[in-house]
Amino acid sequence: MKNLALRLFFVLALPLILVIAWWFASDSSTDVYWPPLHTILTTFPDVWTGERLSDDVLPSLLRLLAGYTAAAVVGVALGTVIGSYRRVRAVCEPVLEFLRAVPPPVLVPVIMLFAGIGDTMKIAVIASGCVWPILLNTVEGVRAVDSVMSETARSYGITGSARLRHVVLRSASPQIFAGLRQALSIGIILMVISEMFAASNGLGFTIVQFQRNFAIPDMWTGILLLGLLGFVLSVLFRLVERQVLGWYHGLRDTSRRSS
Amino acid sequence: MLDVRGLKKVYEGSGRRVEAVRDLTFTVDAGELVCLVGPSGCGKTTLLKCMGGLLTPTSGEVLLGGRPVSGPPPGMAFVFQEYGRSLFPWMRVRDNVELPLKQKKLSPSRRRELVADALESVGLTDAAGAYPWQLSGGMQQRVAIARALAYEPDVLLMDEPFAAVDAQTRADLEDLVRGLWQQRGITILFVTHDIDEAVYLGERVLILSTSPTVVQEQLKVDLPAERDQLHTRVAPRFAELRTHVYEQIQAAKRGKAADLEDVKDMKADAPPTH
Repeated sequence: MKNLALRLFFVLALPLILVIAWWFASDSSTDVYWPPLHTILTTFPDVWTGERLSDDVLPSLLRLLAGYTAAAVVGVALGTVIGSYRRVRAVCEPVLEFLRAVPPPVLVPVIMLFAGIGDTMKIAVIASGCVWPILLNTVEGVRAVDSVMSETARSYGITGSARLRHVVLRSASPQIFAGLRQALSIGIILMVISEMFAASNGLGFTIVQFQRNFAIPDMWTGILLLGLLGFVLSVLFRLVERQVLGWYHGLRDTSRRSS
Repeated sequence: MLDVRGLKKVYEGSGRRVEAVRDLTFTVDAGELVCLVGPSGCGKTTLLKCMGGLLTPTSGEVLLGGRPVSGPPPGMAFVFQEYGRSLFPWMRVRDNVELPLKQKKLSPSRRRELVADALESVGLTDAAGAYPWQLSGGMQQRVAIARALAYEPDVLLMDEPFAAVDAQTRADLEDLVRGLWQQRGITILFVTHDIDEAVYLGERVLILSTSPTVVQEQLKVDLPAERDQLHTRVAPRFAELRTHVYEQIQAAKRGKAADLEDVKDMKADAPPTH
């Protein structure tokens, strides 16, 4: 119990200090662009009402979910194929390195040309940015399947889809999750950016609208909301990861203790 | 049961040509426990992988029950030296043992039966719900043995299975293997570099030469069927046999078969002396 309280203290200490510092530093601010924190906080509930949540926040989140899911499916599937065959890898690797080096935001104007300015464009932008870390990490994970494990699988007749499901993907799952984690933060960034270009709703769109209309405290509440959103999503991600990769953390702790 | 005929394996790659196994011919009868022993680096693992269908020999063939082995045959189970890399760390002990059975398309009730039976035979009933990495090395190797047993193989191939566990655990595991062999009547081919282990476990010991490998000698182990760590290992006959194997391996390292008059009577074709 005492331990838990102590841990909670360590988790909350720094955020609290920062909020308090912000509170007092901005308290007497008359700068239009730096409104006092208490103004921002009192504006928050007025701005993010039920209507705005359903018309702006929800569409953003749904697009993020769609783009992220598409990237995960494509990334893991392609990554498994590329990682499994040395020849395919040799052919694909230079192209992948090039494509990955292209910053995803510059794709927005290009994708707009093909996919218009609707939801499809935004989902495509999110997916095209998220897919790279997932793909490349999956390739690495699949390639690194232990040779003794694959021989064991082979000698016990574990081949084909069973091998893929029970051996290859499970063995690569720590790397796949590392890719998914990177992709999540990229996805949130692209969700906002894709809405800044050509959009009629969404979080990014709303924040830009506030800024253009000089509703500065409202703009700040949007930034706070984005921060909170990223935080909640990463906590959710960690919960899923703990479920799926419980064995991996246990294994790592065991080998660390014994070495 | 298991016929190896003129087996040869040459590794070729990046301008180098390594002849790991030159010409191996031997048979293992049904229900026999044969130990393969040889100097380190003599291609024991290569041989075992060729027999298990994991490697394709350059020439020669392996027959299991009269049929040539071209891929991993269903009647064969493998126990690897590296238990830590052979068990799947993301599966609990029970699931590790069960997975090959799912591939065999056995019914769930039959699978449960086989898993429970195999875990009981190796004394790990209580560990069924644990992850392999929560167990000690010796216990992990027991899980690997249980997985092989549940698979109900005709032939069990063991590749230096106890090389990485401590001496006491090793003695326990040796007795476990002999016990299982006597109870279940499976054919076991046991590869080791440990001479004492080979003589203690085997009904017959095949001594291999250095690489490129040939069979240096086949030796019948005429120790009583009931063996135990305490008495068998101090029996005069055990000492004679191990000395003989040791001399043969030393001779193999020097590159020729030992020609020792006083051990002639121990050759495989000689009648048992007890």
